[in-house]
Amino acid sequence: MDKYSLFNLFNHARNYHENWQRAWRNPTPKKVYDVVIVGGGAHGLATAYYLAKVHGITNVAVVEKGYLGGGNTARNTTIIRSNYLWDEAAQLYEFALKLWEDMSQDLNFNVMFSQRGVLNLGHSLQDMRDIERRVNANRLNGIDGEVLQTNEIQDLVPLLNCSPDARYPVLGASWQPRGGTARHDAVAWGYARAADAMGVDLLQQTEVTGIRRSNGEVVGVETNNGFIGARKVACVTAGNSGVMAAMVGLRLPIESRPLQALVSEPLKPCLDTVVMSNAVHGYISQSDKGDLVVGAGVDAYNGYGQRGSFNVIEHTVQAICELFPAFSRVRMNRQWGGIVDTCPDACPIVSKTSVKGLYFNCGWGTGGFKSTPGSGYVFAHTVANDNPHPMAAPFNIDRFSSGALIDEHGAAGVAH
Amino acid sequence: MQRNRLATGGRIDRQQSVSFTFNGKTYQGFKGDTLASALLANGVDVVARSFKYGRPRGIVGHGAEEPNAIFQLGKGAETVPNLRATQVELYEGLDAYSTSGWPSVDFDVMGSLGALGRLMPPGFYYKTFMRPKKLWMTYEHFIRKAAGLGKAPLEADPDTYDKLNQHCDVLVVGAGPAGIAAAREAASTGARVIIADEQNEMGGSLLASTHSIGDQLAATWLVEQLAELSALDNVLLLPRSTVFGYYDHNFLAVLERRTDHLGLTADKGSRQRMHRVRAKQVVLATGAIERPLVFANNDVPGVMLASSVSTYVNRYGVAPGTALVVFTTNDKAYQTAIDWHQSGRIVKAVVDSRPAPCGAIVKAVQALGIAVITGSGVIDVVGKKRVQAAKIAALSDDGQEIRGEIQTLECDLIASSGGWSPAIHLSSHTGAKPRWNDSVVGFVPGESMQQERSAGAGKGTFSTAACLYEGASAGVEAAKLAGFGDGLVSFVTPSTQELPEEAQQALFLVPHTKTSSRAPAQFVDYQLDVTAAGIELAAREGYESVEHVKRYTAMGFGTDQGKLGNINGMAILSKALGQSMPETGTTIFRPSYTPSTFGAIAGRDVRALFDPERYTATHRWHESKGAAWEDVGQWKRPWYFPRGSESIHDAVNRECLAVRNSVGILDASTLGKIDIQGPDAAEFITRIYTNSYLKLAAGKCRYGVMLKEDGMIFDDGVTACLGENHYLMFTTTGGAAGVLAWLELWVQTEWPELQVYFTSVTDHWTTATVTGPNARKVIAKVCEDVDLSAEAFKFMDWRDGTVAGVKARIFRISFTGELSYEVNVPAHYGRHIWEALVSAGEEFDITPYGTETMHVLRAEKGFIIAGQDTDGSVTPADMNMNWVVGKTKTFSFLGKRSLARSDSARENRKQLVGLKTLEPSTVLPEGAQIVNDPNEPIPMAMQGHVTSSYFSANLNHSIAMAVVKGGLTRMGEVVYCPLADGRTVAAEIVSSVFYDPKGERQNV
Amino acid sequence: MLQIHCPYCNETREEEEFTYGGEAHITRPLDPESLSDAEWGDYLFFRKNPRGLHHEMWNHAAGCRKYFNVTRNTVSYEILESYPMGAKPSVTAETGDKN
Repeated sequence: MDKYSLFNLFNHARNYHENWQRAWRNPTPKKVYDVVIVGGGAHGLATAYYLAKVHGITNVAVVEKGYLGGGNTARNTTIIRSNYLWDEAAQLYEFALKLWEDMSQDLNFNVMFSQRGVLNLGHSLQDMRDIERRVNANRLNGIDGEVLQTNEIQDLVPLLNCSPDARYPVLGASWQPRGGTARHDAVAWGYARAADAMGVDLLQQTEVTGIRRSNGEVVGVETNNGFIGARKVACVTAGNSGVMAAMVGLRLPIESRPLQALVSEPLKPCLDTVVMSNAVHGYISQSDKGDLVVGAGVDAYNGYGQRGSFNVIEHTVQAICELFPAFSRVRMNRQWGGIVDTCPDACPIVSKTSVKGLYFNCGWGTGGFKSTPGSGYVFAHTVANDNPHPMAAPFNIDRFSSGALIDEHGAAGVAH
Repeated sequence: MQRNRLATGGRIDRQQSVSFTFNGKTYQGFKGDTLASALLANGVDVVARSFKYGRPRGIVGHGAEEPNAIFQLGKGAETVPNLRATQVELYEGLDAYSTSGWPSVDFDVMGSLGALGRLMPPGFYYKTFMRPKKLWMTYEHFIRKAAGLGKAPLEADPDTYDKLNQHCDVLVVGAGPAGIAAAREAASTGARVIIADEQNEMGGSLLASTHSIGDQLAATWLVEQLAELSALDNVLLLPRSTVFGYYDHNFLAVLERRTDHLGLTADKGSRQRMHRVRAKQVVLATGAIERPLVFANNDVPGVMLASSVSTYVNRYGVAPGTALVVFTTNDKAYQTAIDWHQSGRIVKAVVDSRPAPCGAIVKAVQALGIAVITGSGVIDVVGKKRVQAAKIAALSDDGQEIRGEIQTLECDLIASSGGWSPAIHLSSHTGAKPRWNDSVVGFVPGESMQQERSAGAGKGTFSTAACLYEGASAGVEAAKLAGFGDGLVSFVTPSTQELPEEAQQALFLVPHTKTSSRAPAQFVDYQLDVTAAGIELAAREGYESVEHVKRYTAMGFGTDQGKLGNINGMAILSKALGQSMPETGTTIFRPSYTPSTFGAIAGRDVRALFDPERYTATHRWHESKGAAWEDVGQWKRPWYFPRGSESIHDAVNRECLAVRNSVGILDASTLGKIDIQGPDAAEFITRIYTNSYLKLAAGKCRYGVMLKEDGMIFDDGVTACLGENHYLMFTTTGGAAGVLAWLELWVQTEWPELQVYFTSVTDHWTTATVTGPNARKVIAKVCEDVDLSAEAFKFMDWRDGTVAGVKARIFRISFTGELSYEVNVPAHYGRHIWEALVSAGEEFDITPYGTETMHVLRAEKGFIIAGQDTDGSVTPADMNMNWVVGKTKTFSFLGKRSLARSDSARENRKQLVGLKTLEPSTVLPEGAQIVNDPNEPIPMAMQGHVTSSYFSANLNHSIAMAVVKGGLTRMGEVVYCPLADGRTVAAEIVSSVFYDPKGERQNV
Repeated sequence: MLQIHCPYCNETREEEEFTYGGEAHITRPLDPESLSDAEWGDYLFFRKNPRGLHHEMWNHAAGCRKYFNVTRNTVSYEILESYPMGAKPSVTAETGDKN
């Protein structure tokens, strides 16, 4: 693997960059793999990476129906934070955040993880109670966070409308300085390149059409490019989990819905942190390219169309203009949608299934991107050991029978 | 001095001179100019510096495709960033600035770094800035400063925006020849037609055409057609209106710029208007965008699109140079040579990549004495801030290799044309998959997914005559499907005397003597400095999907969204991978077609109209008493009533004491109220609530808790039996709408056999709660027809009566634990009743109180607030409220089964308890987390949290409610709350009922 | 943005008048107490979530306030029919989905 460094960039510049190696191979599928990961998004690629790196399992294929990182990895608004309310979720997201902090160096691929801080605004007394509760829980869980007063928020975000005359005035906010954003595509590519270097086969344009079983055990996957044998199959197909589950006759407690986002034209730096408002229903950050990146809410109804309702966009832009009256004259350059798999408790499912050798990692809702490294890590453990990682255990699918849900709707709020 | 302005011609008004400034310098143009045409008229070459390499850039196009001339207009609150000069109409006093270049576009520091550019291939930032780790935020700071175009305003937008919902039978997008023919034909059937066009004048390509239609000049024909359309009642013409998105079920968003051509802000009315169009049928006549050729140094100012050169000459009377070289792969660009020649300037040569073009127009150009250099290409450009010469080489027949010597031809303008790309954006928004067409050399609209069809250049049909016919056909087809006309074209296509065209050549990247990686930069996406070498590098590194290339190189991410460069980029990628264009495919077009103002998307629903404010009937009274407000859902509720300079604490303490010692009055009108009637009402309510209402007699009230099917508390409140089969259900303020929907859901979808009906009557009633030991005396002064004695009118009874002359319902229910009467009157009498009660209470110093005092008083009694003490994860048992759960109910009420699930029934769940701080004056913050051992290292094992916490003036110590693991079995234990400020507060677990535990005071 | 036909109002109206009610034709068990936790959990949370034809409930919240059923394609968003509560769909995945 070519090492990525300024020194090497100089070296290659001398040769007009003609000799850079491929970031990953285009391999011919083997007959059988120890693990086939279905889904070449960042979660699937991270799973492959940690299987190889932590568990030494390198006879692994990642099977992707389109191109690597082309699903929700490519469509999210790149917000990263770990200030979740409940211990189970907070631990998992904080574990992920710690991995984020070393990811560029670990992968030798700059994922541009930018710890510019995340503000969650409160607009009502109950919002503020919830914020206090969450920040206190975060602090005692070892997660950075504090409650900011309106004047402190104004200092951080000069263009935010902090006037008491606003329809829903900003009463305060939670502030997680270690939160931020990252370059979403780079995360998929970084994991892909590092996994490939350890021998993982990345099979793009390969669509799984069936999961073959024998005596109740998984033996491989049917694809448009033929059968690929597998001792274990790990499904990480956000936006398509229900379809995958149906292949083996399983149902999931999941509904797939469009989640929309939009960007403005690129602007000079004018917003240094991530600002989220559950009550006013908007969240926004500015990318390194200068675009204002705006997230909308999850659409009200199921859909696989990767596009959503225009009225959701209208409401979101209203919220942004309400929070940032100066942005009213800025223009929307592009809008798009992804499909999120939402669970009733806004928490994921990382679980074995009733089919031996078949594992599911799904239902991340709006929390998928920020969890990427943590998700891959605990899922790799779960697959490698046929036993859930302790941090994944609470996210077992059985919680929907026992009632041990981890209700993160408050912390998840609007999409983020 | 407009040195490039032609003496005659163009659609500008030479009588109206317009002065404007660009980068602080004043220039003159004419009415009818765009900012771009005026700058070109004044000979302004360099208008921008490129994003990555700081290279000088000039105007390339004349419309939505322009990548370089992206300006900041105006200053202060009015400023608008990133406007495309080619789409900005000139007005007096226009004030524009470049958005790149430091210190200026003419001298740019980055541009002088030159060779450093080689260190910045695509994705260089993924490969470096990784060490030392802590420096990334510093690197990033400078990356961010370098990125971005214009500046956001720093003040609130002074303008307003509005929206219109439009319905039509046929929406025609684009008013070029195809669109006009479509609109005309559709309108002739009587269908309601809207035709929208992004330009200030309708006509599209005809506006710059020198051709004839029938026996008229195109321009004259156009005037007639538009006059006819305008005269029709069933046609709405929307100029300056961009259809920017095509959404499901034929919903299209159209942005009309109403005043932008007059100035930065609107003098009156809205600046922009969004038409939300629901069309039965749509005709997409969106035209095509010319594709530049990719050759070395093709970004030097003076390299333009051929059609843009023609447009500036014909439409604006501007010749942006003196000596022209046309470089083309097709017949169409020859027209530019003719136009330029006729403007009186020199055409040095037409360079045609095709080996032996000999079409009619080629001969026509040659007949003018213009040199045509066939089988050749412009492979490089001499010049830095302006083209000085073109380097021309003979090419192989397929255009892919250089053959023979290179000649240098002096010129200051190169007009290039690699063919035309249909503007398929809107069709793509619908999910239609674009198809590659070899003869068009472009993607054409895919199979329709909605009620739409394309016509004209947008579909790959280029001759004016064919566009007219195709438009007319599309128009009648759309009308017929919308229910109008017979689908037959009545329009006789006029003769256009267009010359037959020869086949074009598919050429994208023009070869250079060196490989792309070593040749001078060959730009594909100007705005983001994406080069052919960059795309080839991406492919070499394994970024093979077109989406990977787009994301790795940033191709198409600019504000032009790849209108100019994407096809070239895809072709270069295809060649690098040795695959065909259909195999490579295209990236997906997304709205917005061109950028759309946030304010216009938001419309009127901002500021005061962002969300309705709901007021009770007595709102103005509260206001007159100086109430501080709390937002509860959309309601404005009095939070507390400060007197003089009282703090919130002083006011609340005073209000709390007043209620317990004498009497207080609360506006409880915001509580949800649902009128429930029907023979099965009691059965239904009993299924919904945890307890039974089957035996609730008329005149009686009962408190109930509502669960979701998962067993978790969702709302609570009192329900009164008003009479036979008639009930009134009170809900929480915030939960009212949700509860009504919940009731409707169950009766309509699961138990339709139950006869029960619901009406929301929240706004119909004013509820004044009179509470405190003197409450009865106050009520007695204004109500004579109800026996208020404790024996006749008991706690949890309600009575009809007359209060201050108004028919009222009086409920003896209590949320304070005191003797309480909730007086309900029709809302129109609300203020009257309120004032009557207040004056009746004067002798008892009746005290109006707000939500804060209400919260404190109920907490003293341990009454929960659904949504504050509950959070969607607690059961009635968790709230120590098993008394409200009917164990013997025959029907399995909603949520009951879930209470028996293994986790819901488990021991040691978090349970509602009271907390008394060991230091009585310390008030725990709401949301404080509770631990058993304050010295435990982090992460600490949290036992629960404080849900409600206040200082109780009545008890003279703080009180708190909390949920604590196994709390009900831990009475008397001390727990700890480690706070953010470093303090740790110790508190004893106690009963959640702090005051009057036997409930005697409400029963008097 | 959808246009939805309300079978009670017999009008095709904007999506903004309606609220979504989730998967249709889920019957509440008659005797919940006889179910295992798993069976009850299945009723509570598990959904078909198909890619393709979906029978779902909508409520005409800003109109007649009635719930009704809709057969919709979750990929193309095409609505194939609206039908009242208690009725059966006439288009199902088995009878044919033209998408």
